[in-house]
Amino acid sequence: MSNICAIAKRELRGYFDSPVAYIVVIAFLLISGWMLFSSLFIMGRADLRPFFSPSPFSPSMLLVILSAAVTMKLVAEERKTGTLEMLTTMPIKDYEVVFGKFLAGFSLLASALLLTAAYAITVAGLGELDWGPVISGYLGLLLFSGSLVAIGIMCSTWTSNQIVAFIVAFILGAGLYYIYWLQFFLPEFLAPIAEYISVSFHLDNMARGVIDSRDVLYYLTLTAGSLFLAVRSLEQQHA
Amino acid sequence: MSESQVLVEAQGLAKRFGDFEAVKDLSFSVKRGEVVGVLGPNGAGKTTTMRMLTGYLEPSAGKACIGGLDVSKERLKAQTMLGYLPENAPLYDEMMVIDYLNFVADIRKVDPSNRQAKLRTICERCGLMEVLGKDVGHLSKGYRQRVGLAQALLHDPDLLILDEPTSGLDPNQIIEIRKLIKELGQDKTVLLSTHILPEVQATCDRILIISNGKLVADDTPEALTQGESGAVIQVVVKSPAASQEEAARLQELFERVKGVGRVESQEGEGNGTLGFRLTAQGNCDPRAELFGCAVEHELVLLNMNKERASLEDTFRNLTLGEGGSHE
Repeated sequence: MSNICAIAKRELRGYFDSPVAYIVVIAFLLISGWMLFSSLFIMGRADLRPFFSPSPFSPSMLLVILSAAVTMKLVAEERKTGTLEMLTTMPIKDYEVVFGKFLAGFSLLASALLLTAAYAITVAGLGELDWGPVISGYLGLLLFSGSLVAIGIMCSTWTSNQIVAFIVAFILGAGLYYIYWLQFFLPEFLAPIAEYISVSFHLDNMARGVIDSRDVLYYLTLTAGSLFLAVRSLEQQHA
Repeated sequence: MSESQVLVEAQGLAKRFGDFEAVKDLSFSVKRGEVVGVLGPNGAGKTTTMRMLTGYLEPSAGKACIGGLDVSKERLKAQTMLGYLPENAPLYDEMMVIDYLNFVADIRKVDPSNRQAKLRTICERCGLMEVLGKDVGHLSKGYRQRVGLAQALLHDPDLLILDEPTSGLDPNQIIEIRKLIKELGQDKTVLLSTHILPEVQATCDRILIISNGKLVADDTPEALTQGESGAVIQVVVKSPAASQEEAARLQELFERVKGVGRVESQEGEGNGTLGFRLTAQGNCDPRAELFGCAVEHELVLLNMNKERASLEDTFRNLTLGEGGSHE
């Protein structure tokens, strides 16, 4: 456990010692704020649905990009500079390395998300806000970010090139995101499968205020599965 | 030699990358307190061997033991006993030296109560006090190497494994790092690799020479410089003509002398002289026979001088010998 903390602490310091953390947090706050308030005033209702529900152009889509950006270097750069060799010759387990890095990436996105609570409070001041969907929406976005960070880390363990890690993570993330809307073009028997594997479908449920164990389980499975593959990929370097 | 005195043991270590056999059936042991140099041409398998000893690579066959623990079976336990500095000291460039050392201390579980004192001792020993607040990425190569050494020493390991600790340093830095390694060797077991020959002569008690993934020599530097290749004798002969034909004739003549192995023609001492470099066979000293030969053929000997074979000669003989000249 202390090893996981040491890795997470180091990576978080890395984010905050460089402009990365500030750029990610500020970009997310600005763009998601604009996305929310531009539609809020058109609708004229105190509702945070536009913030939580997935659409081809929404805060959750922004998280797909940002998660790939904050995770791309986590393992790839260590592989490239050789520090991974140093790290794996210290008494530390591969899963501790992966989980520490996951915690760091997830905490960064989670803090960006939690800062948007200011928007919820603002909207609540403008009119009657139903807090139920807000809470389930935040839970949904947190689970959603967790699984995308895990996918990003998995991609980062596959290569020593950060750009490759970013592109692969983005393609996987965006694929799982947009397949929700592509299902209408798919043959009838594939459509429910496409819907189920899509990260957007499960987020849509939670944005409506429904906390269903199937949605939670989906995100946890996706996160655990990606982290498991990341650990396996790290173990490969010993072969 | 009791069992507990052996700290590192490699038994039939082998590593295969696809079709390429980087290390073949390597066996050796290192006793507690020894400073052992692993010598070999580039690509001989030194780094691969060290990576197997440190638990970074899984051997394809055989096993590596540190302090009696099989590295592949009890990797984490074995790793607590060693400090490792990979080639070129890969460090986190964006961190400050002190932060980096604190991070390593976290992972190495250095007791927090006396961590500050411990860090201080090690930084003083490695000469890092004046760069603690600098980013690792801004350090010179010499300082980087010291940070790498400090990192390897934090948990006070019994064994230090250093992969080419002086590569890429300038001569002053090389001497400083060597001095540091020598000091460390007084209370630690050190296994270091290099392809710089004077380095092992200067720092090591014992030398392992690896060529093409195989162990070709395992001895003290003294024994290796006396070794089977025999003594080298420099001969200078007066020869007014000093022509090519004359040199070839004399070369043939010397080759027939009892106890002489190889004869090479070389620069004399200016006009009217011819120089030769003779290698003695085994432990023979053919100087008396050479003198006899010179008298018999009325040659004027200006100089005859026996040298010990240098480590370079032994190294070249051993590593170029058995079909090792593929490069």
